[in-house]
Amino acid sequence: MAFEPVLSRRFGNAEGTWYDAYVADGGYAAAKRVLTSMTPAQVTEAVTASNLRGLGGAGFPTGKKWSFIPKDSPKPRYLVVNADEGEPGTFKDRYLLERDPHAVIEGMLIAAYAIGSHKAYVYVRGEYVEPYRRFTRAVEEARRHGWVGRQVQGAWDWDIVIHRGAGAYICGEETALLTSLEGGKGFPRLKPPFPAISGLFGCPTIVNNVETLACLPPIIQRGAEWFAGLGTARQGGTRLFSLCGHVARPGVYEAPAGVTLRQLIETHAGGIRDGRQLKAVIPGGISAKILTAQEIDVAMDFDSLLAAGTMAGSAGVIVMDETTCIVKALWTAAKFFAHESCGQCSPCREGTGWVFKILQRILRGEGHPRDLDVLLSVAGNMEGKTICVFADAAAWPVQSYISKFRGEFDHHIREGRCDLAGNPAVEHADAHH
Amino acid sequence: MPGIPPLNMPTLTIDGQSVAVPGGTTIIQAADQLGITIPRYCYHPGLTVAGNCRICLVEVEKAPKLQIACYAPVAEGMVVHTDSERTLQARQEVLEFLLINHPLDCPVCDQAGECELQNYYMDHGLYDARFREQKVKKRKAVPLGPTVMLDQERCILCSRCVRFTDEISKTGEFGIFNRGDRAEVDVYPGTILDNKYSGNVVDICPVGALTDRDFRFKARVWYLSSSPSVCPGCSRGCNIDIHYVLDRPYLANGARVMRLKPRYNPEVNQWWMCDEGRYGYKAIDEARLVQPVSRRDGVTHPLTWDLSMAELVQLVQEAQARNQLSQWGVIPSPHLTNEELFLIRRVLQERLGITCDGRVPEQAGYADEFLITADKSPNRRGMQALDLAGPGDGAKPLVERALAGELRVLYVFGHDLVALYGMAMAQQVAQQVFLIYQGSNENGTSRLAHLVLPGTVYAEKDGTFTNCQGRVQRIVKAFEPLKGSRADGEILLELARRLGDPLPCAPSAEIFSAIGETVPAFRGLRYETLGPYGAPLVTEAVPT
Repeated sequence: MAFEPVLSRRFGNAEGTWYDAYVADGGYAAAKRVLTSMTPAQVTEAVTASNLRGLGGAGFPTGKKWSFIPKDSPKPRYLVVNADEGEPGTFKDRYLLERDPHAVIEGMLIAAYAIGSHKAYVYVRGEYVEPYRRFTRAVEEARRHGWVGRQVQGAWDWDIVIHRGAGAYICGEETALLTSLEGGKGFPRLKPPFPAISGLFGCPTIVNNVETLACLPPIIQRGAEWFAGLGTARQGGTRLFSLCGHVARPGVYEAPAGVTLRQLIETHAGGIRDGRQLKAVIPGGISAKILTAQEIDVAMDFDSLLAAGTMAGSAGVIVMDETTCIVKALWTAAKFFAHESCGQCSPCREGTGWVFKILQRILRGEGHPRDLDVLLSVAGNMEGKTICVFADAAAWPVQSYISKFRGEFDHHIREGRCDLAGNPAVEHADAHH
Repeated sequence: MPGIPPLNMPTLTIDGQSVAVPGGTTIIQAADQLGITIPRYCYHPGLTVAGNCRICLVEVEKAPKLQIACYAPVAEGMVVHTDSERTLQARQEVLEFLLINHPLDCPVCDQAGECELQNYYMDHGLYDARFREQKVKKRKAVPLGPTVMLDQERCILCSRCVRFTDEISKTGEFGIFNRGDRAEVDVYPGTILDNKYSGNVVDICPVGALTDRDFRFKARVWYLSSSPSVCPGCSRGCNIDIHYVLDRPYLANGARVMRLKPRYNPEVNQWWMCDEGRYGYKAIDEARLVQPVSRRDGVTHPLTWDLSMAELVQLVQEAQARNQLSQWGVIPSPHLTNEELFLIRRVLQERLGITCDGRVPEQAGYADEFLITADKSPNRRGMQALDLAGPGDGAKPLVERALAGELRVLYVFGHDLVALYGMAMAQQVAQQVFLIYQGSNENGTSRLAHLVLPGTVYAEKDGTFTNCQGRVQRIVKAFEPLKGSRADGEILLELARRLGDPLPCAPSAEIFSAIGETVPAFRGLRYETLGPYGAPLVTEAVPT
């Protein structure tokens, strides 16, 4: 049976799927059904039964997350959409916002109804100008057609506020996102309390990823059982995989949650470009631990990748071929983390900068035999010791790149240079961080 | 402890010691109760929890990760290890992180000696540097306003100062700018740190990032001695420590007091004090009266203490002989201690029958909703409780009586008639009466008075002040009176002695006990019962 796309079926509309086209394709039927014939509890039950998991990267079961909203709070409840897609190697929410924005809005309406929210905030990554423009246009269309505003289907009042971020990666962390949305500096918050108890403006809040919400209309339309059946035992549905790096056809590919990494690289993305050999893959955004070419026969669902010692994360697959200098690859990741650490917790603020500087020095040819031990030690000292998981995300590449490619690091330190042809790592490393 | 015992009192074990604390207590608070000090930078009991420095990570059994003691609430049966290998290891790691970009300029840093980076490193340091890179450069010696100097390189970004100006002074000058290891504390663009409580950010800064421009480079802190006292700057009576140096006269032009620091009192000032009080210490060493003086026909004669007391006694005895003490007036000061005021009452009012009336037209000063009160004297409530604030019968205040020619002698404690009434009127008073001035510092009145008796400042005496809430609080003598000056109580006791009617009590503790025996508002109060935070007057309701 041919694979039937769920989330990407309208991605062929490169200029966007606008209201009429969306409705002609069955759009807003799910929301109508929810608002006219289902209770919020029934919606949550369906989502729970669908095994939908948070597709921003953490993979937390969506129905369970919703169930944490206190039943008896007198405060307003907020739905916050995390459209701050910033994980390097990840660009799938961008497609949804640009090419199928009404699917996101319909999903938001279903979620808002289920959790009892009358106001939804959409936090869009600052650099996402076109997604912001198109999504804003779609919200205005939805408002004109009575899907946003008062008495939607005679059943629900709600409104959408779109907010653009200012360029900080950390604002994709849900509590930093909330602080930023409130007007503060994007610092992650101490947990508990989790947002479901005390989130935006101190009120019960559900933060859901764009793709997660886009799954809701199909779940309602075709049933939770159907959706669950698309995936693995504990993760329903399909996923949008972003493939980039040294593949023949980079892009966003939808596949069942349990697709293997090899299938994605070799079949969907057309294999390694220019007939070269695969060297390494980051399977779930730059924070995920790296896999070697021998480790790609792994299913891409959350549980399988966890068992393989890495994570599905944001499903951003970064493919590196044999020409890649792994020291420079780690330097690139470290540069990113040193640049983006919010600076709140001592281990992360100081550790990310330290790791970057050591790698910078190694690439300059001034490595020291003790450097790798210090790198691993610093990474270990950052891991699990901070308010949010940024420090862990910064530590994992250090640990996995060095443990899997130690010989290459040793060589760099010993010889003071990179032996990979056409890879002037040293020059690149001179760039300022 | 008063109040209804909370129903929820989890019992936990910290380093083998068991303790029951109210639910919601954090591990660090429970440990503090046991006297186990978990290191802290960002945590401050007077501020919200930030949880960012990570130095307080402790091992909690059954928890997979180390927990920050400042935020993790206690739970029934919890077992905490603040000295386990994992905990100590984490502490060492955090210190290493905090120091890699720290300039290590301790030899020229004012905080050295009271720096929590130094202190914790002594216990948990790595002592073997692994950092081989360039440190991040930031701005140094940046004046933030009139009181505080910033060094961004020394800053560990604990955010205490940010939280203080957000939550306590509510002035919001501080922010953290930039990200990662480029993050820096600063005031917002276009603002300066200039609020009534700015000095507190120096107190709570655990490192040398914020230093006090007034104290900077005056003395190394290990030369300082400390003595507990109460700020005399207004009627709030904030608890303070006086930091002073006696054996290094080459520092600060020989001044003894180097700075004041707030001392914790949950009933009065918590951890804080205002800038007006903090920088008001200079009168302790500046413009002091150190020589009794007699002034006749515009000519000033220095006197020995013996001669000056003889002159005072002679004046009293002559007046007694002529039955003229009713034409004397005494203006006591609310800057005097309860004990000194009690001696004025005993010796001058009760024994000699002199009218004592503290009424003078003092202007209300700046006040706010937090600590600063309009009454700039520390002991008006005490003066009132001792019935020296003036009669309630509408009689003319003493200065008016003096101007009306009804008085022969006016004995003024501390007040400056020139500042209160203007020079012309003060001169008129000095022409009408024999003016006696007893006080610690030079002022307009000391320059007009016919007899000047140099008294002492609060740092030089034992006693008590009664604050605006009616709370009686101890002050402790930090050091001896300046040579040439004399404790106000001793002057009064000597007067009583020379008049042949010595009082049985001399040390302030005995005088205070005597107050407790005779003055209803002070009934039953003794130094031993005041405790570290003072005690309220007993006969009236104390507003809290």
